[in-house]
Amino acid sequence: MTTADQTPPAGATDTGGGAPPPTAPAPHDDRVPWPRRLFGPATLFLLPALLLLAVFLAYPAGYSVVRSLLDGSGTRFVGLDNYTRMFTDDRILTAIRNTGIWVLVAPALVTGLGLILAVLTERIRWATAFRVLLFMPMAISLFASGVIFRLVYDEDPDRGVVNAAVVTVHDVFAAPSEYPGARPREEIATDDAARGGFTTVATHSPGDGVALPLVGVRPTDLPEQAAAPTLPEGAAGQIQGVVWLDAALGGEPGGIDDGENGMPRVGVEAVRDGAVVARATTGDDGRFTLSGLDEGEYAIHLSASNFTEPFRGLTWLGPTLVTPVIISSWVWIMTGFAITFIAAGLAAIPRDALEAARVDGATEWQVFRKVTVPLLGPLLLVVFVTLVINVLKIFDLVFVIAPGSVQADASVIALQMWQVSFGAGGDQGLGSALVVFLLVLVLPIVYFNIRRFRRERP
Amino acid sequence: MSTTNTRSPSVVEVSVSGAPRRGAVSRLVGRLGSGVLQLALVLVALFWMVPVLGLMLVSLRSEAANTNSGWWTALLRPTELTLDNYRALVGNEAITQSFLNTVYISVPSTVLVVGIGALAAYALVWMDFPGRDWIMVAVVGLLVLPIQAALIPISQLYGAMGVFGSITGVVLFHVAFGLPFAVFLLRNFFVGIPRDLLEAARMDGASEWRIFRGVVLPVARPALASLAVFQFLWVWNDMLVALVFTSPESAPLTVALRSQLRQFGTNVDLLASGAFLSMLVPLLVFFAFQRYFVQGVFAGSTK
Repeated sequence: MTTADQTPPAGATDTGGGAPPPTAPAPHDDRVPWPRRLFGPATLFLLPALLLLAVFLAYPAGYSVVRSLLDGSGTRFVGLDNYTRMFTDDRILTAIRNTGIWVLVAPALVTGLGLILAVLTERIRWATAFRVLLFMPMAISLFASGVIFRLVYDEDPDRGVVNAAVVTVHDVFAAPSEYPGARPREEIATDDAARGGFTTVATHSPGDGVALPLVGVRPTDLPEQAAAPTLPEGAAGQIQGVVWLDAALGGEPGGIDDGENGMPRVGVEAVRDGAVVARATTGDDGRFTLSGLDEGEYAIHLSASNFTEPFRGLTWLGPTLVTPVIISSWVWIMTGFAITFIAAGLAAIPRDALEAARVDGATEWQVFRKVTVPLLGPLLLVVFVTLVINVLKIFDLVFVIAPGSVQADASVIALQMWQVSFGAGGDQGLGSALVVFLLVLVLPIVYFNIRRFRRERP
Repeated sequence: MSTTNTRSPSVVEVSVSGAPRRGAVSRLVGRLGSGVLQLALVLVALFWMVPVLGLMLVSLRSEAANTNSGWWTALLRPTELTLDNYRALVGNEAITQSFLNTVYISVPSTVLVVGIGALAAYALVWMDFPGRDWIMVAVVGLLVLPIQAALIPISQLYGAMGVFGSITGVVLFHVAFGLPFAVFLLRNFFVGIPRDLLEAARMDGASEWRIFRGVVLPVARPALASLAVFQFLWVWNDMLVALVFTSPESAPLTVALRSQLRQFGTNVDLLASGAFLSMLVPLLVFFAFQRYFVQGVFAGSTK
């Protein structure tokens, strides 16, 4: 704190003393002209900034290079060993690969999305409100954004909104089964390897009444309309039966007891010689009737669709999807920035150019492709480069969104650098090598920025 | 920047729709198209808000409610919303301390960056000395230096100096890394100040410090505000620097909450309310000074 705190007031009182020469008041030293320029107010104004920049930015950048040539404890010179390790370590290679994916996908995605939305909002009256709203994520911390998206992509469809939506859509097309996990008592019916579900051990002929006791679900899992079951008699040309939850405590296994309920809407099939000849669905009391049967022996089959586990959505935060998921959250954060930046450029495009194209009969798409985009080119490049820098430094988002078990799969260079140096690894030599790698990646952007700065300077 | 481009569209609309002659039918089609477009944009805006809404509602529901059903069900049952999570949070001493730490870190960092940055930018624009251009080029170069580059060297330096884990250390780090941006932003603004204004003051015999205080700072108020808002949010939202340089006693909100992350499933109510609490100040600042923030982001745009 000392240097930063005390220098400005010192400079202030010195110069504020009011040395009369207006251009170069130099209270320290007015004997020689040259030191006067060196130790004049300019130095005092600049000193705190330069000191901080030198200690916290310039020196570390240089020191990292040196440190990357030393071992973990920093006592032994190891040459390029850290770099060799960097490019052979699986975790670091994963991080480098992921950073590559990020750089290739994310900035282009956001620039494109920003361009589209900027053009679409250009003539909307509430464009400002729209842009401010989309800009808002930039104001909150990446930590908070991380928590937000950890929730959004939560695997449990009762918590994660994305999986809730996925499950809802899925269930519209493939209705969920009513009794996941339920199964008949083994002595009645067994797993049917050929067609899935369960098939009775015994065969039945028309006129029989078939009892199919099921277990494996709780009585509370039954729908409300489930009613008390009764064993049917059977009639000519039909096989009747009942499917019920044989669960009452103390009741007789395989027998219908008081308090037990039929299982509605169970699909039942009659099978003869490997072919389904009749289908039925149980009623509220669990009764079903398979009719139109010739004399003969039939096996009763309970189809698998009654018992399949419900679809629970996708494992968004698992090893395969976690990087796309984190990229999507970054898109959520950065798109507002791209829109506002590009919209500012759009507003500066000469209207004559657009109008001339329109008068010539160009469609809006042609105007966009042939006039707007080329004119915006340099600006889009600036947006893109800015986003690339941001991506290279990405840390918090991956750190927060990826659960501990998949963090290695989602890792990026900036995160890996922290893990290696301050996390479990504790190897600051390897960490410094990663820093140098990061610096090398940033170097072209430094060059780009300096060139742009020099060109723009009046 | 945001204000200038909001006004232009209406001007544009007049000139553009005036050019091609359109029949009643094509006008109707155009209007319908604009209706569809507006509807689509409304949907996009709502879509963008869903994640934040989700966090807010989760933070306002009990742990049991969050375990049993999705936050969206609370939209139909608003009565189950409760402030209990926030009461627990305010009663949690570690969290309240970390909230204060966040303030103790953000406010000095912001004030110092604005002050030191303004002094340097003034010198770089309005004073003549050898190496001026090179310093500016160096500042532009350092603008994109990743924070990661300084973590190891500075942690060693702090260890040797004994400021490791102190708020002072974190503040100094933030001030230093805020400076390239600050100098860059303010320089770009100072360059636009008419030279006559300063020359007149110099003629009157005012010292550089008096010109700086009395002429430049008042004129530069919008730029200083942009910088202050931007830097404040930057520091408030930081996690990486605090993660390395703070101790449990000096940790800001982000770091204190992060330690709860490991059991994400079981304490999502605490995490959600904590995250929302940490967002509250940035959101207030953002909506109150939205224009300055946007301008700040643009002016540097490379940080």
